Amino acid sequence: MANYNLKINGKALTVTVDEDTPLLWVLRDELNLVGTKFGCGIAQCGACTVHLDGIAVRSCSIPVASLEGANITTIEGLANDKLHPVQEAWKELDVPQCGYCQAGQIMTATSFLKQNPNPNTEEIRNAMNGNLCRCASYNRIEKAVALAAKKMS
Amino acid sequence: MENQNKFTFSRRNFIRTSALASGGLLIGFNFFTSCEDTVVPPVDISKLNFKDFNAFIKIAENGYVTIFSPNPEIGQGVKTSMPMIIAEELDVPWEHVTVEQGALDTTNFSRQVAGGSQSIRFGWDALRQTGATAKHMLINAAAAKWGVNASSCSASDGIIKNANGDKLGYGDVVNDAAQLEVPEDITLKATTDYKIIGKDVVNVDIDKIITGKPLFGLDYKVDGMLYAAVLRPPAFGQILESYDASQAKALPGVIDVITIGEKARNYLNQDSFDRSAHWSVRLSETDKVVVIGKTTWDAIKGKNALKAIWKDNSLAESTEMHDKKLNDLLNGKEFNTMRSDGNVKQAFASADKVLERVYESPFLPHNCMEPMNFFADVTNEKVHLVGPIQTPEAAAKVVASLLNRNLEDVHVDMTRMGGGFGRRLYGDFVYEVAEIADKIKQPVKLISTREDDMSLGVYRPAIKYKIAAAIKDGKISGYHLKEAAVNSNMYGLIPHFFPAGAIENYQVDTANYQSNITTGAWRAPYTNFLAFAEQSFFDELAELLETDPIQLRLDLLKNVKDGEDSNIQYSAKRMIDTIKLAAEKSNWGKTKQGVHQGFAAYYSHNTHVAEVVDITLKNGLPLVEKVTVAVDCGIVVNPTGAKNQIEGGVIDGIGHAMYGDFSFKNGKPQDVNFNTYRLIRMNETPIVNTYFVESGLPPTGLGEPGLPPAGGALANAIKAATGQLLTKQPFVKSIQKHEANLKV
Repeated sequence: MANYNLKINGKALTVTVDEDTPLLWVLRDELNLVGTKFGCGIAQCGACTVHLDGIAVRSCSIPVASLEGANITTIEGLANDKLHPVQEAWKELDVPQCGYCQAGQIMTATSFLKQNPNPNTEEIRNAMNGNLCRCASYNRIEKAVALAAKKMS
Repeated sequence: MENQNKFTFSRRNFIRTSALASGGLLIGFNFFTSCEDTVVPPVDISKLNFKDFNAFIKIAENGYVTIFSPNPEIGQGVKTSMPMIIAEELDVPWEHVTVEQGALDTTNFSRQVAGGSQSIRFGWDALRQTGATAKHMLINAAAAKWGVNASSCSASDGIIKNANGDKLGYGDVVNDAAQLEVPEDITLKATTDYKIIGKDVVNVDIDKIITGKPLFGLDYKVDGMLYAAVLRPPAFGQILESYDASQAKALPGVIDVITIGEKARNYLNQDSFDRSAHWSVRLSETDKVVVIGKTTWDAIKGKNALKAIWKDNSLAESTEMHDKKLNDLLNGKEFNTMRSDGNVKQAFASADKVLERVYESPFLPHNCMEPMNFFADVTNEKVHLVGPIQTPEAAAKVVASLLNRNLEDVHVDMTRMGGGFGRRLYGDFVYEVAEIADKIKQPVKLISTREDDMSLGVYRPAIKYKIAAAIKDGKISGYHLKEAAVNSNMYGLIPHFFPAGAIENYQVDTANYQSNITTGAWRAPYTNFLAFAEQSFFDELAELLETDPIQLRLDLLKNVKDGEDSNIQYSAKRMIDTIKLAAEKSNWGKTKQGVHQGFAAYYSHNTHVAEVVDITLKNGLPLVEKVTVAVDCGIVVNPTGAKNQIEGGVIDGIGHAMYGDFSFKNGKPQDVNFNTYRLIRMNETPIVNTYFVESGLPPTGLGEPGLPPAGGALANAIKAATGQLLTKQPFVKSIQKHEANLKV
């Protein structure tokens, strides 16, 4: 066990955990940030997606020891006073079914739109391809990313 | 269409009301059973125990309404749509409604289950009646206050008006209304007066979902809660011989290593227990090693550090073996006849032509995105269970029996579920965590990794169909379907689905092989594959008969007389209208060059669905572009939710038909995570356009019926495009082989 200094959603925090603990479990078990979900544990499904210095990453596969000083944003830190345009689009189009994967989808989408503010359909489909939705709400995710891009432009 | 506002109820004994101590009115009701005369809802809202009612409506003094939604939410939308039905008849603005998930009543049997797409269908009358009863009581209270006749008053949007133009809000009269008798006869709204039903209402949990609030079973926590990871046999047919926990116990986060299994074994070995086709087969055979950790990661690490030796206890089965067993069954003579019309033997003997095909499907795991998990806290006073389960009542009963406790002491709280698809009908993980908590006497959460989840085992069984049709004078004179399945066969009215009733000589036979691999319901059980087999077969038949595939279905449906056979629950008229809508919206037969279409129609779970898949070819490989879906589910309660279910069901159906593959070698599942097990991803999805047949008939469910036709429509489109006949799922394997052959 060791102490790790993390910056999560703008707050400096210290956690005491094993060095190999994946960020996912630090967020969920130590910090009670349970919006980030566990799906596969091997970076294949995207349910655990968070931002590391603004880039979408899979928190299940990043050990805490490698994150000293990094700037991490989770789904809980996305909205400030009001919802992020991506969240607004998700709500407007009533995207979720079971809802479990959606935090990860939203985190992938927000990071993607930062890099590509005016994506075409193919770019959206490629960008979101790493996030599984077992309910297959894919049509709405695709439309919501496009709608969010419009809202942000 | 019947004018529904003339339809009045008189059976009032499932509703009780009480005045809340904090002010306001509480209405308790029970969907499916009557309430005892002596039973009344609590006056203290915190005492809501759902013991005799499975749902409540609270109307506060400010007129705001809280609806405690009774049925488990697995993503099928009932937590939104069921309260919509109440709010419609109560006639309150939807903005004044808050929805909370109800807990489980463990003593009073009712249908508090998510499964079979039946929540809305069964709840429709009771939900409307309850809302309307509350409204009438509020009107009666207002009329008494004004000293006027209640019949001269009306209520709308939470406001009661009388003939003099006086107005009172619901909140102004709730305390008076709580003192009144529940009225005997009430009138329901005409469907044309609906203000909430039929409008798009966004998922009631949307804000929590998109901001990452705790909502799911995996998110549930209490102070001091420990985590349990369970090591189960790696292969079906194996049991635990011995284990070494020294390395696991040496880890600082590991609190204890225990074994469980004895209680489950005792329970399952009861003489009366039907072990066939049940989740429990595997569970009952062996002890499992459980690592108790301080955190999830501690428990997972501890489990990985265990050294266990397994020994063979029963047959180590493989996919090759299943193939052979099922083929032998199909070619054998031992069948149960599920339906037999006319004389199939004679029809085939006198046929001009016979078409026969065999269709094959693999086992499939459910793969809910939220892996199986459950919380338990077992104390001398009570057993508290919390988590995602589609069958909370059954789970509570088994746990009571396992732990030798009174059912009244077992309390189940339901969380939102990260998918169900049938997997959470089986409570194996609930029983395990109950046994763990009973042993360690501390609050604990059982967590599964994806590997545990995909290999711990309840699967859609592998199934094969052999379908034969006899052709005589250019018509289908006989139809014979044989099913060979692992563990269990089609059930209920499935043998009476189309084309039953449409072909004079018709027979359905089933046989099964008893495996030690556990199988169970998987979204649209049996029909998820049967529909593909039949709908592909009909496409070939149409070719053989030189007719359009849609016309063939329409011609066959003309032979069916609605209502003549009580086993035949699909309606030929509704199916014809549904098919015609799909044909119209998809521009069937009129697409531009390079677009190939495939059609399928299927009735299941009381809903009629027709689908047209449009594909193009890219480098010779099929690209699924679009699916046009027509649905008759009666009244559409919540169109946005309804379309979401269809879009998901269709893509799920296409995804599993295309990619779903799961095999066994020496009893061991060959895929345990998403690196090798392929689920459909966004790049591979078509756009799904959904159209509903306009209807004033009572609503039916949508969680499942969108799925079954999808595989057939896709296979038929691929056949139209490339000529390749697909009879085996997953298609991707056959398509790759076909491609390879073409290139040689």
